[in-house]
Amino acid sequence: MLPQDQPGIMPGAGKKGNPVPTTGVQEKKLYERLTQALEKYKGKPGVLIAALQEAQEIFGYLPRKAMIHVANELTIPLAEVYSVASFYSLFSTVPAGKTRLEVCMGTACYVKGAEKLLQELQKQCGGSPGKFTSEGRFSVATTRCVGACSAAPVIKIGEELHGEMSPEKLPALLEELTKI
Amino acid sequence: MSTLLEELMQERVRPETEHRILICGGIPCRSLGCRKVQEALDEELQQKGLAGQIPVDVIGCIGDCSQGPSIIVYPEGIVYQKLGPDDARTIVREHIIGGRVVEELLHRDPHSEEIIRKREEMPFYREQTRLVLRNCGVISPHIDDYLKYRGYAALARALAEMTPEEVIDEIKKSGLRGRGGGGFPTGRKWELVHQAHGDEKYVICNADEGDPGAFMDRSILEGDPHSVLEGMIIAGYAVGASRGYIYVRAEYPVALRRCREAIAQAREKKFLGGNILEKGFSFDIEIRTGAGAFVCGEETALISSLHGTRGDPEPKPPFPAQKGLWGKPTLINNVETLANIPLIILHGSHRFTELGTERSPGTKVFALAGKVRHTGLVEVPLGTTLRRIIFDIGGGIPGNKKFKAAQTGGPSGGCLGEEALDIPMDYDSLQEAGSMVGSGGLIILDEDTCMVDLARFYLDFSQDESCGKCTPCRVGSKRLLEILQKITEGKGEERDLETLEQLALLMKNSSLCGLGRAAPNPLLNTLRLFREEYLAHIRERRCPAGVCRSLMRPRINPEICKACGICSRICPSQAITGARGTPYKIDLEKCSDCLRCLEECPFDAITRGGRRLAEAEAMDR
Ligand SMILES: Cc1cc2nc3c(=O)[nH]c(=O)nc-3n(C[C@H](O)[C@H](O)[C@H](O)COP(=O)(O)O)c2cc1C
Ligand code: FES
Repeated sequence: MLPQDQPGIMPGAGKKGNPVPTTGVQEKKLYERLTQALEKYKGKPGVLIAALQEAQEIFGYLPRKAMIHVANELTIPLAEVYSVASFYSLFSTVPAGKTRLEVCMGTACYVKGAEKLLQELQKQCGGSPGKFTSEGRFSVATTRCVGACSAAPVIKIGEELHGEMSPEKLPALLEELTKI
Repeated sequence: MSTLLEELMQERVRPETEHRILICGGIPCRSLGCRKVQEALDEELQQKGLAGQIPVDVIGCIGDCSQGPSIIVYPEGIVYQKLGPDDARTIVREHIIGGRVVEELLHRDPHSEEIIRKREEMPFYREQTRLVLRNCGVISPHIDDYLKYRGYAALARALAEMTPEEVIDEIKKSGLRGRGGGGFPTGRKWELVHQAHGDEKYVICNADEGDPGAFMDRSILEGDPHSVLEGMIIAGYAVGASRGYIYVRAEYPVALRRCREAIAQAREKKFLGGNILEKGFSFDIEIRTGAGAFVCGEETALISSLHGTRGDPEPKPPFPAQKGLWGKPTLINNVETLANIPLIILHGSHRFTELGTERSPGTKVFALAGKVRHTGLVEVPLGTTLRRIIFDIGGGIPGNKKFKAAQTGGPSGGCLGEEALDIPMDYDSLQEAGSMVGSGGLIILDEDTCMVDLARFYLDFSQDESCGKCTPCRVGSKRLLEILQKITEGKGEERDLETLEQLALLMKNSSLCGLGRAAPNPLLNTLRLFREEYLAHIRERRCPAGVCRSLMRPRINPEICKACGICSRICPSQAITGARGTPYKIDLEKCSDCLRCLEECPFDAITRGGRRLAEAEAMDR
């Protein structure tokens, strides 16, 4: 079922798609941006995934309202929009935390102790996997293989990858992130 | 007569005479801090007034990723590895300005203590046959560099001297088989698309690389995107298509960027677009990104995804060759398959068949990762033994551990145990051995890997990625996962193994697409090769590799416990309860795994992972 937008969390876009609280005016601007971005897809076949990718870039995730907006603009049934949004793991219908740390759970990382790394990271950040919370400094998640298997285990932060990680290296990494 | 490799090497006499620095920008190196090295290089060059005079380029993966960050300094071609920012500054001062190779920073062979200066001298490269990877980590991905090494010469030859039928014939004679996992003869597939009727045809490059633990296609796209484009254009000419798509998974932002740049460069030089090389053939390529779904690597699901809908697979036939994208005949080939095409057209199929085995000619790129000393890309002739790859090229298993198995083919494949170290790695032999070449992921496992847990890991992956369209896969993968979970938690029963086998076979035989049909493979294969390990989990509630957490908790053996109560008194978490006369029990919810009870029990009645204290401690080390 199409999830309701969480009350109190406004969609917004900071750098790297992190949500920031927005006012109604700002929100209106974001939707104007979306309308503009969708213009080039109108009437073309096979564009839904690309359109949703743009929407996610604008809002940091896919709020219910944005999906409805895409459906209306492209005259695609909302059910189809949601079926695509829920099928692909890259689409998120809940907002992400401020700094998102993703532990790679690909095979190479897994056999090199990614699970232990994840547990330790959760302990140190207080998050749970798969859930992004908008409060709290870090949110912890897992990701599919990022293709850096030879430097396993890997943690992905935004576009940055940190290879050859170990529980012992975590405090220093978190320390560095806090400074930014 | 020289081999194809030697011929390629001769073309490779560097025209470079000036200083030039190439930095490996492969993802592993980037994750190990190559950006800081680059910044340090730039800064130092700036300070010394050399900015702009010494070109510094970021290239695709050099290959030996475990030794990153790496740079190559020309004209000598010296490789420096495992660099920090300070080392980079030293290199600018001493090598670039002082003209002295910095001996201290050179790689040292761990066995012979020999100093290694150049790539070709390292055992990791020396033992490889890098044909597909000929440009990766040697030149920059820019078209100017590609053109220096006969880039697009194969396209020119195909368009000028060969008819589409002759191109197909040459590929057929080469015996090239699809590198995406299926191993289907490429020439035959091209012929099918060529013969199919349609006013429009399409070529799709499958760059979805879904196997978690594989990164060959990413490295090729990042390091040598033009070889893939060239392969696609030739394919388009051969089958009669005018439009191509590259379907790149979204987790590869760098590959995506390089592809975009490469397409723009190729258009500018008129290798793409209308009337290519004035030969009246038109072809253009677009990029589409995936959005994170393993099943989209399967060709019919990929086409659904290109249609902009959920990536649901479709029953075959009709095959994409007859009815693919927008219902038109469509050729789908893997990245590495396409990167082989220019080589075959330029050097002839007879040179290609000199390598590999009779039924599996050519080379294969493997992504070597896991518990092996040198990880990275390894390209060898098909039919090379696992032993050679792991021990001669990969340098063996680190930390004095024992080799246990090699996983090939990812979630659709299986493991090869010690007895398989000497079988030739080709399509047919691996299939016979119960695994597959797959897309080329090769993950080495040592004694610390639990095979039951590994099977659970893959099932978890497949279950999660199952699209849910057909029941055998949707429900079957879930049930298999549940049973495996039960076993790894120490709650398994012996008849579970039978249920697993029955269900796995059912799923194999009745699933709609390759995902469901192959998902039980890692389970069936480990059940066959490592049955003992399953039985240890079930009968002894013990995980021999010490991985399964639930089995690594303290447990009081009721047959030995004399109910003395010492453990209960000393337990800091008050997790142990009991009364005189009956064996004590540990409440694992409360237990903090401090293991004091193991230390204090005078009767050695308490064990962890089926082991007494000394053994358990040895395991932790
Ligand atoms: C579940 C599943 C996942 C697949 N994933 C990939 C993939 O990531 N990359 C790929 O090239 N082929 C993949 N394939 C194989 C493709 O369906 C197809 O056979 C291949 O792209 C054909 O190209 P080739 O003949 O050049 O190998 C997958 C197949 C299945 C069943
Ligand atoms: S398995 Fe983690 S990067 Fe590939």
